Amino acid sequence: MLFIITLNKEDNIMRAKLRLWLTFCVVTPVLLLFSNTGMAEQAAATKVVKPVSKAVGATPRGQVLSLSCSSCHGTDGKSVGIMPSFYGKTPQYIETALLEFKSGKRYSTVMGRHAKGYSDDEIHLIAQYCGTVGHKTK
Amino acid sequence: MSNKLSRRDFNKLLLSGVAGSAFGVFGGARSAFAAKNRVVVIGGGFGGAAAAKYLKKLDPTLSVTLIEPKETFYTCPFSNWVLGGLKTMQDIGQTYTVLKSRYGIDVVLDSAVGIDAAKNAVTLKSGRVVKYDRLIVSPGIDFKWKAIEGYSQAVSETRMPHAYQAGAQTILLHKQLLAMPDGGRVVISAPGNPFRCPPGPYERASLIANYLKKNKPKSKIIILDAKEKFSKQALFKKGWEKLYPGMIEWRGSTTGGKITMVDAAAMTVTTDFGVEKGDVINIIAPQQAGKIAFDCGLTDASGWCPVNPITFESTMHPGIHVIGDACIAGAMPKSGFAASSHGKVAAASIIRLFQGKVPAPPSLVNTCYSLLAPGYGISVAGVYKLSAEGIIEIPGSGGLTPLDADDEKLAEEATFAQGWYNNIVQDIWG
Repeated sequence: MLFIITLNKEDNIMRAKLRLWLTFCVVTPVLLLFSNTGMAEQAAATKVVKPVSKAVGATPRGQVLSLSCSSCHGTDGKSVGIMPSFYGKTPQYIETALLEFKSGKRYSTVMGRHAKGYSDDEIHLIAQYCGTVGHKTK
Repeated sequence: MSNKLSRRDFNKLLLSGVAGSAFGVFGGARSAFAAKNRVVVIGGGFGGAAAAKYLKKLDPTLSVTLIEPKETFYTCPFSNWVLGGLKTMQDIGQTYTVLKSRYGIDVVLDSAVGIDAAKNAVTLKSGRVVKYDRLIVSPGIDFKWKAIEGYSQAVSETRMPHAYQAGAQTILLHKQLLAMPDGGRVVISAPGNPFRCPPGPYERASLIANYLKKNKPKSKIIILDAKEKFSKQALFKKGWEKLYPGMIEWRGSTTGGKITMVDAAAMTVTTDFGVEKGDVINIIAPQQAGKIAFDCGLTDASGWCPVNPITFESTMHPGIHVIGDACIAGAMPKSGFAASSHGKVAAASIIRLFQGKVPAPPSLVNTCYSLLAPGYGISVAGVYKLSAEGIIEIPGSGGLTPLDADDEKLAEEATFAQGWYNNIVQDIWG
């Protein structure tokens, strides 16, 4: 939805990016449907997702992965409690933080336990979404 | 709950996502006669209110109606803090003002009494009929009143509250605790799995003990449990020994924990091992999906609602999504956090279906904090995804506060518990 709105405003580069994204939407279900192995489906889907996400900033997959973050960190990452806000942080900052929580390099009570639930590719998608989408709806 | 899918079934499930997409295309064509795609949400709790807000946030062109009979929704999370005297009812009351004014959600103060799946219509208690293109049902829990002989809604409202739907029940149990003399016995009956908020009965015992220790130190708490083990058990037991030595006694199902009968007049409960008397008796009765889900044929033999785990669309009635405690969400516990996670996934999926697109595979999260005393918190976290086994917890992720966590870490968790509450209620109702 966001992309369609953006498309009307943006130039041909966005058009190309949207086409790429739409291709993903068509390709992924086909991969999911006809892949013969249960879990390889997820891996196959992830491989398709990554380059697209880098091109357009946020994907439906990035959105679904990121929607739970706000339960503890506030809507769009604007925290009203003691949890840190991530609103206004760059995708790079968020990605580094999540990877460090995951590895244990950065201290946490509960965040490390969450970060371990995501692959590095998924963390990339989350960082892209959380580091950009909130800014657009400012 | 743990129905395994064969690979063929799993592929079929994903296929149904695509079929759902096709349905969305036709659904979209049909609803082109209406000015906007209409989503009706039944229930304004953690699941329903989160779904309504995120539907409008992610697609402001939708028409979203939220049907909820209560003007103020009292949250079950932190209602144990009220029982322990650490919070007031006002602290846990949430309203729909912001959802109406900022998000443009049509909040209807009424109860849904019927769903006509063929006509895409919800009938309200007032007689009003509300039409939808997609419906989200988030009815929470109901109690199996007949599961325990002698227990009933009338008994719960007078002598033996369940206090597992926050509001009048919380106030009643709190009043009983305040009125109890020093040296009294509090009996808490905890149900078998699955039930709402698995750590809830044990946090409740902790915070009641915190109140009793300060005000009525000769009193005792007995937890009669229909299970042999419970959520965060080692962490709770360690905390109880440290904070309330000798005050809380827990009995599992094989050691006289399972109650079969209550006598409201005599204030007794009967277990396999005999009769127990209580000065305050809190019966957290066995549960099933909320009433509207039952009345409208959304439940299966388990008493809960089977759903497609990608979209939370009912497998019994297409076009109707069931979220929160009422639905069968695989390995996820029944919690407010989980319900809001379902609500957001369902919202994102419904928007994709309206667009005639395939919903993204779900990613779901749960975090539950429990307070054992002021400055003493513990937590359990989980990250969930779809697999051939249904919704599973991702191996190597999530888990509990470490059993050897020091005082500083437990204090931090207690602080984060409050931070969590502030943010989740703002994320849903604010």
